[in-house]
Amino acid sequence: MKYTTWQKTWLLILRLSIGWHLLYEGLAKLTNPNWSSVAYLMDSEGFLKNFYEWMVSSPGILKVVDFANIWGLIAIGLGIFIGLFTRVAIIAGILLLSLYYLSHPPFVGLEYSFPSGGNYLFVNSILIEILALAVLFKFPTQFEYGIDKFICKSSKN
Amino acid sequence: MEESNKDGKYKFNRREILKSLATIPVLGGLAYGWYRKLQYDRLRNSKLLSQLNLTASPPPLKKSSGEKIRLGLIGYGGRGNHLARAAGFAHPELISSWKEEARENPTDHRYRDYMEQEDLKLEVTAICDIYDIRANNAIQAGANIHRNPSGGEMGKAPIRYKTYQELLKDKNVDAVIIGTPDHWHAPITIAAAKAGKHVYCEKPMTWTVPETYDVVNAVKESGIVFQLGHQGRQNESYFKAREAIEKDVLGKITLIEVTTNRNSPNGAWVYPIDEEANRSNIDWDQFIGPAPWHDFSLKRFFRWRCWWDYSTGLSGDLLTHEFDAMNQIMDLGIPASAMSSGGIYYYKDGRTVPDVLQTAFEYPERDLTMLYSATLASTRKRGRVIMGHDASMDLSSNMIINVDRDSDRYKEQIKEGLINPDVPLYTYTPGQKQVDAITSPTEQYFAGRGLLYSYRDGKRVDTTFLHIKEWVDCIREGRQPSCNVDQGFHEAMAAHMGTISYHEKRKVYWDEGKQKIV
Repeated sequence: MKYTTWQKTWLLILRLSIGWHLLYEGLAKLTNPNWSSVAYLMDSEGFLKNFYEWMVSSPGILKVVDFANIWGLIAIGLGIFIGLFTRVAIIAGILLLSLYYLSHPPFVGLEYSFPSGGNYLFVNSILIEILALAVLFKFPTQFEYGIDKFICKSSKN
Repeated sequence: MEESNKDGKYKFNRREILKSLATIPVLGGLAYGWYRKLQYDRLRNSKLLSQLNLTASPPPLKKSSGEKIRLGLIGYGGRGNHLARAAGFAHPELISSWKEEARENPTDHRYRDYMEQEDLKLEVTAICDIYDIRANNAIQAGANIHRNPSGGEMGKAPIRYKTYQELLKDKNVDAVIIGTPDHWHAPITIAAAKAGKHVYCEKPMTWTVPETYDVVNAVKESGIVFQLGHQGRQNESYFKAREAIEKDVLGKITLIEVTTNRNSPNGAWVYPIDEEANRSNIDWDQFIGPAPWHDFSLKRFFRWRCWWDYSTGLSGDLLTHEFDAMNQIMDLGIPASAMSSGGIYYYKDGRTVPDVLQTAFEYPERDLTMLYSATLASTRKRGRVIMGHDASMDLSSNMIINVDRDSDRYKEQIKEGLINPDVPLYTYTPGQKQVDAITSPTEQYFAGRGLLYSYRDGKRVDTTFLHIKEWVDCIREGRQPSCNVDQGFHEAMAAHMGTISYHEKRKVYWDEGKQKIV
């Protein structure tokens, strides 16, 4: 795909920002010994409420959920950031963010004890991040600015 | 742009390679930022938390071992059966219901927790209850040595005695757990001590002031191991709270506020009345005992906490938990004075004890006031707060320290932005990553106040179990438990001062020299 220099620049900045955000979220959770998704999951509402509550139903499942969350964020963030397996990382990122979105969907009539940091109706910052990832999926920059370039070329061979 | 070599493989020129790795330096930026953030956190922590490096924790749990201790259970009502199951003797029907509920709700871990509860090497050889139905339940619980649900294999049934005097004569009883109404605590404790039986007695220690001295004398002269039932003593966060206060994190403490906030019939002691109960299966004369005579009354029998005739009211029932917690954390001792007010404002059901009560305890030598405020008609959450000039501490099952914005000690750090008074400086939550369901509102109340569960090595445990375990370990090792008779003396006198002030509508004082309430 041919982009102008400015198009390339803004797409790359968007990619780096989302990568940075997800990677740092993972790192921050990793270095906080007291972090756990319990409270957030317990606060869930909406049609998947039972599913999130199942996640905290036993310390064993919760351990897996916390682990997958931390390392998922780090791997996805890093992948998007350096452009490694970018497509896989973007799809995984969309899935993970969708899980966040659906645990606290900003629908009419749902109340949360977790502060959201804004006022949202259907559209919130998580949804926008998901949509931005969808844009990055369709407008790739990793084949020029990313390690995927090598993989892509080698696999073409 | 790309070139192919002879093998047909792509060869990247330097410019291409550099471009593809262009984002890596930015990653360095993130790594640097993260490193700075970690440094900042570490600096903040080392500056602030070096003094706050709270390492205190309850003594590690070691397995109880030694000879079997033979127990007598005296009183098997609401509290009595909790004490029995904490000792490892739950009624089979209770186990059945836990099992059933765990099947329906996977977060209900009561069955699992109970089955995992350590075997304290006890045997129930005798029981005594003046109500036949409860006595039979006590026998079944005492015989349930394999922790089976209904229909399971039982062990040898303990002997039922109709009076505690007979039970105390039994040579096969080494120690007793007393879970009777308040007006029986002291007479039974004294008799047990004289019979050489170790005693675990529910709080409050006594019902009247004079018997308080008698309990202390009897326990000390006999040399038995006495534990008063303030299971909050085992709460993990209290150990941290004590350490934080010893390290002077809060600065000068001048006010402590403790509260009771309940709003349900059960919380207000309006307990259900058994349909099967009647004059023929309750030994009413023995129930009355040292209390003023009253004709047979099922209401009085099942809801005895509502009458001064058998109860110590809010002071003895709930203030004592709060007082004992603060006494444990701050070694407060008996207050110099007490002043109470309140009334029967909501439950106009014939009770004589108040349902709203305020008591102010003064400690002029420590320059502080402890204020107790209770209502049985609102669950509006009011904390248990220790207020210092430099910081305040919120204490429930967890512990939160917030710096005061006008603190002198943390002035510089607040200015430098190292401390934000709006954000807790320190939060300690025992078993933070654990999830467990707690069911009824009363249970939630107790759990929130650290009276139901604590955590050891990250595992949820019943504090009453820990408290009984401490008692039996002390019996085997000849040590004194944490809530011994001296602590009980403080607790009983403080509660009596509050009650006397309420009755006499005046400020009452503690005469340290004469060891008397005046």
